[in-house]
Amino acid sequence: MATEFAFPDNASKIEAAASQEFQTEKMSLAMGPSHPSTHGVLRLQLELDGEIVTRCDPMLGYLHRGDEKIAENMTYNQFVPYTDRLDYLAPLANNVAYAIAVEKLAKLEVPARCQAIRVIVSELARISAHLLGLGAYGIDVGAWAVFLYAFEEREKLYRLFEELTGARFTTSYTRIGGVARDVPEGWTGRVDAFCEQFLPILEETLSLLTRNKIFQDRTAGVGIISKEDAIAYGLTGPNLRGSGVGLDLRKDRPYSGYEQYEFDVPVGNNGDCLDRYLCRGEEMRQSVRIIRQAIKKFPSGAWYAEEAKKIFAPQKAKVLTSMEELINNFMIVTEGPQMPAGEVYFEAENPKGALGFFIVSKGGGVPWRMKIRSPSFCNLSILPKVCKGPLVADVVSILGSLDFVMGECDR
Amino acid sequence: MTATADVTAALQSKFPRVTPRPSGDHPAVNLPPSEVVAALKYLRDEFAYDLLVDITAVDWGVEASPRFTVIWHLLSTTRHEYVRVAADCAGDTEPVAPTATGLWPAADWHERETYDLLGVKFENHPDLRRILMWEGYPYHPLRKDFPLAGIDVPLPDIEVADITGASVKPAPMMGGPFVASSGEMNLTEAEPRAKDESWTERKEKPADEQ
Repeated sequence: MATEFAFPDNASKIEAAASQEFQTEKMSLAMGPSHPSTHGVLRLQLELDGEIVTRCDPMLGYLHRGDEKIAENMTYNQFVPYTDRLDYLAPLANNVAYAIAVEKLAKLEVPARCQAIRVIVSELARISAHLLGLGAYGIDVGAWAVFLYAFEEREKLYRLFEELTGARFTTSYTRIGGVARDVPEGWTGRVDAFCEQFLPILEETLSLLTRNKIFQDRTAGVGIISKEDAIAYGLTGPNLRGSGVGLDLRKDRPYSGYEQYEFDVPVGNNGDCLDRYLCRGEEMRQSVRIIRQAIKKFPSGAWYAEEAKKIFAPQKAKVLTSMEELINNFMIVTEGPQMPAGEVYFEAENPKGALGFFIVSKGGGVPWRMKIRSPSFCNLSILPKVCKGPLVADVVSILGSLDFVMGECDR
Repeated sequence: MTATADVTAALQSKFPRVTPRPSGDHPAVNLPPSEVVAALKYLRDEFAYDLLVDITAVDWGVEASPRFTVIWHLLSTTRHEYVRVAADCAGDTEPVAPTATGLWPAADWHERETYDLLGVKFENHPDLRRILMWEGYPYHPLRKDFPLAGIDVPLPDIEVADITGASVKPAPMMGGPFVASSGEMNLTEAEPRAKDESWTERKEKPADEQ
């Protein structure tokens, strides 16, 4: 006669003992606002159970300058330098996004040459921003050399920026209806030369990480964001594409003549930190592709909208010699570029994601309300979700892979 | 554009109180606040507007009524179209709007920001705290009656404030010498100038009435 054998209920005994003897207490840890891996002044209020993060509450606002309030009190051109300080790793791309948004309000088309210049500088800015993201990410997960490689290339880019705009960092290059100045003699050739030498170095730099065992361990399977979550939390840019959603505004809603260029949109499979890193790596290669095409068919002609006399300030030589240009220049400087009343929303595909400007105008040279939709702000909003359960060390890895900029997040 | 007409017409047949909103770019509609959540859900489920891009509000000025309009922007990740939904808030001093956090978790931070900077209360929001300004900050800075230079307020850290006696000061030069105003106006009015000329660095700022 078989008696039913009952296993001793060890598991529940151990659990009961553990709950009495090894009672753990949750610890609250403030990570940041000054912490190397928070890439700026972000504070994460973590709740820890040993090494495991059980809750993450991001605290923003340490870099809040009130950019939207400032925008309501100055003319459209005066705000261009403030856009430099949004995503300060890609100021040129911000300048371009802002200029296109305001031009959309004015229903103004800029000439082909201006569009091509804007595409080239946006893509150079993308390379520069991704290089910094890559280098900083390398440091976050323990690979110093990548940072040095990346910064050497960035330095070359900054020299090109300086030659074009007069500034390395805060470029303020675009104006409403055009750009501040035409490209210097031979500049496109030097950009082409940069691209030529950059590709092999990029391969070398990426090869330091991509198949590196330590890097793989720190990133693969860490910080997984599902496709549904990525959309629900409003992620954009490489973070959204890393999760397998192929949304790229350059492709899907082409602006500034992006429809003329051939390029691929890299998309990830797993939505983990590694996929987001791989997407950025591939985006740099695609940026080079775009730049080369743009340089190859670089249009001649005007580099600003000549017919928009109340929007783009006339050339200095004419201002000093001709009455009408003098008046126009004076009006644009004092009153600002004249815009019709209306509402407009424009998003550009920036290195960090979709940077949007929502402008409400009542006419005149100053916006009534300008909302800046910053990709970093939206991308960070998924942190409480994705930082529930990983180790503390993984939080660093996840933060780096989201590649945010607080200047843009806090505005 | 046909898609533009489609969305607006479909919304109008489903929600009779929808009116088209003047827009230079994307399809846009006005809605009463009570129908916003249902309309957003309808747009998300029937028109694949699955990505909540942005929530913000506009302050139309102290005298205006309705004073605040909340604006939602949606993007379809498959059709690559935007739509703009706007609703005038009930209440001019304490505006109220419905929350979209039930539809998109992304709405959480956007609504917190709108509450923080413009003081629009989103009903049933699970955690409506300030996000950019610090907890306990007494004003909503993006409102039109908030001066550009800022207002003198105590430091967020009470202990530090007690010991040092320091406070958050308004910006120097009354918020900048080159500020201009919005709207069509004559040249003299549009000339960039200091916003609040009742005081300078040399002349004491008049005491706040509040």
